[in-house]
Amino acid sequence: MIAANANFTSAAYLISAVLFIFSLKGLASPTSARLGNTLGMAGMALAIITTLLVGHYLIYSLIGIAIALGAAVGIFAAKRVQMTKMPELVALMHSFVGLSATLIAIASVYNTAEIHTAVQRIELFVGAFIGAITFSASIIAFGKLSGKFSAQPIHFNNQHLLNLMLALLILGFGIFYYSQSSQLAFLVMCGLALVLGITLILPIGGADMPVVVSMLNSYSGWAAAGIGFTMNNSVLIIAGACVGSSGAILSYIMCKAMSRSIIAVMLGGFGSEAAADTSDAVQKPVKSGSAEDVAFLMSNADTVIIVPGYGLAVSRAQHALQELTSKLISKGVHVKYAIHPVAGRMPGHMNVLLAEADVPYEQVVEMEDINNEFGQTDVVFVIGANDVVNPAAKKPGTPIYGMPILEAHKAKTIIVNKRSMASGYAGLDNELFYLEKTMMVFGDAKKIVEDIAKAI
Amino acid sequence: MNELLTMQNITIFVLAIFVGYHIVWNVTPALHTPLMSVTNAISGIVIVGAILQTVSTINTGIFNITSILGAIAVFLTSINIFGGFMVTRRMLEMFKKKENKLMESKK
Repeated sequence: MIAANANFTSAAYLISAVLFIFSLKGLASPTSARLGNTLGMAGMALAIITTLLVGHYLIYSLIGIAIALGAAVGIFAAKRVQMTKMPELVALMHSFVGLSATLIAIASVYNTAEIHTAVQRIELFVGAFIGAITFSASIIAFGKLSGKFSAQPIHFNNQHLLNLMLALLILGFGIFYYSQSSQLAFLVMCGLALVLGITLILPIGGADMPVVVSMLNSYSGWAAAGIGFTMNNSVLIIAGACVGSSGAILSYIMCKAMSRSIIAVMLGGFGSEAAADTSDAVQKPVKSGSAEDVAFLMSNADTVIIVPGYGLAVSRAQHALQELTSKLISKGVHVKYAIHPVAGRMPGHMNVLLAEADVPYEQVVEMEDINNEFGQTDVVFVIGANDVVNPAAKKPGTPIYGMPILEAHKAKTIIVNKRSMASGYAGLDNELFYLEKTMMVFGDAKKIVEDIAKAI
Repeated sequence: MNELLTMQNITIFVLAIFVGYHIVWNVTPALHTPLMSVTNAISGIVIVGAILQTVSTINTGIFNITSILGAIAVFLTSINIFGGFMVTRRMLEMFKKKENKLMESKK
């Protein structure tokens, strides 16, 4: 009977893991993505029901209340969150996974009904350690993204030495826990891991946040897998490993798109060394124009490519931009959107923002697919973007050298909307703005776009 | 016995990393944000561990360190599960909305 029960449990968990894999597979295209999401929900429901059926001495009332409260908070947040605030929500959710993993490990250490083998003690240590780092680091990332803390990298003396000391202390308390089964040592270890999470993230600047968010996504997966090891539970290990590698891939893509090595991001400090560059480019002349000039240029063009950046989202101009685009299309102008992988604050963020504004999927083109079209394009409209169109990325010696860019400078006419001549996140001057064929339009993105649409 | 179990877990773990790696490379860049929110929901699977710690013991009854920490973890992971899947659905609806409009305009 017990054997049959164990087989039933394993089979149910296996099905649930397969459903999760299909869920991720569904995201390969927008048509299958919704089915994928539903399969993920089914997998989760199956795993939870199975656990509730097979657990011993479970306090169902307490579990029920906790799930109901969590569901209410989660659904409320999911319905209310603005799409511009997605990175914050995601960072916050990473922190929940990390905290839960740590709490579960502590609960297990204090569980009087459990006796842990040597291997399990190591696994508990690793699970709690990754969980605690994920938690505190995600909270800092959340604070930086939401503007609650400064997005500037914060440096302090001997920061690497401090991190090393913390890591050694954590290891020391871990060994003490391992050899003595000391609950107190385990708690101290978790506390130190929390501090390490903070000191690791503080030196990382706002520009690297897409990498950090992806990296924490990966950590949250490893934390889940770590808990799976302590429980010998295959669905946790499989789901955790998939999430972990997913986050790692996203981090890699983001690093490549910014031409940054993951080591450099971890060690922190972007923009600080480049800030000085802006001074030698002060009084170069730029050509500036009005919304009416832009309207004239655009409506007489054959092809227009729009390059949206985060500035667009900040001024909530995506809906106005969509109206402008429809007007242009009705006049027979071919319009496309060019998306740089790091346009926005997290991977794929700009695509979601444009989707929210009803921009058709077909008009939105990724960088590799559109870069050879800029040469034949009449007008490029750069709106709220800076570093991703900076030709300096092609010049050796500049801080962003090697970063793939949208080759807007190849177009016949370039229109750039910015609030001011201030430099972008990388703190670099952009020579694109000083080209003969470039026209600058200063002002709030939303207002400018509305004015252009009116004038067409 | 225990060493064998650990080796089996490591085998599962390594194979699952490869599966995850190959599937995620196929995800279209336009859906990277929904990918992240759905993986957020999926990592809520640690709720299984949280539920199994929300247990009563003969000595301590319902409220003990283990059950309270377990229940808090159940609460937090539920936020991830419900919030993650719901917000993913909301985003995917936005992509769907456009497809329908495009179909209408083509007619």
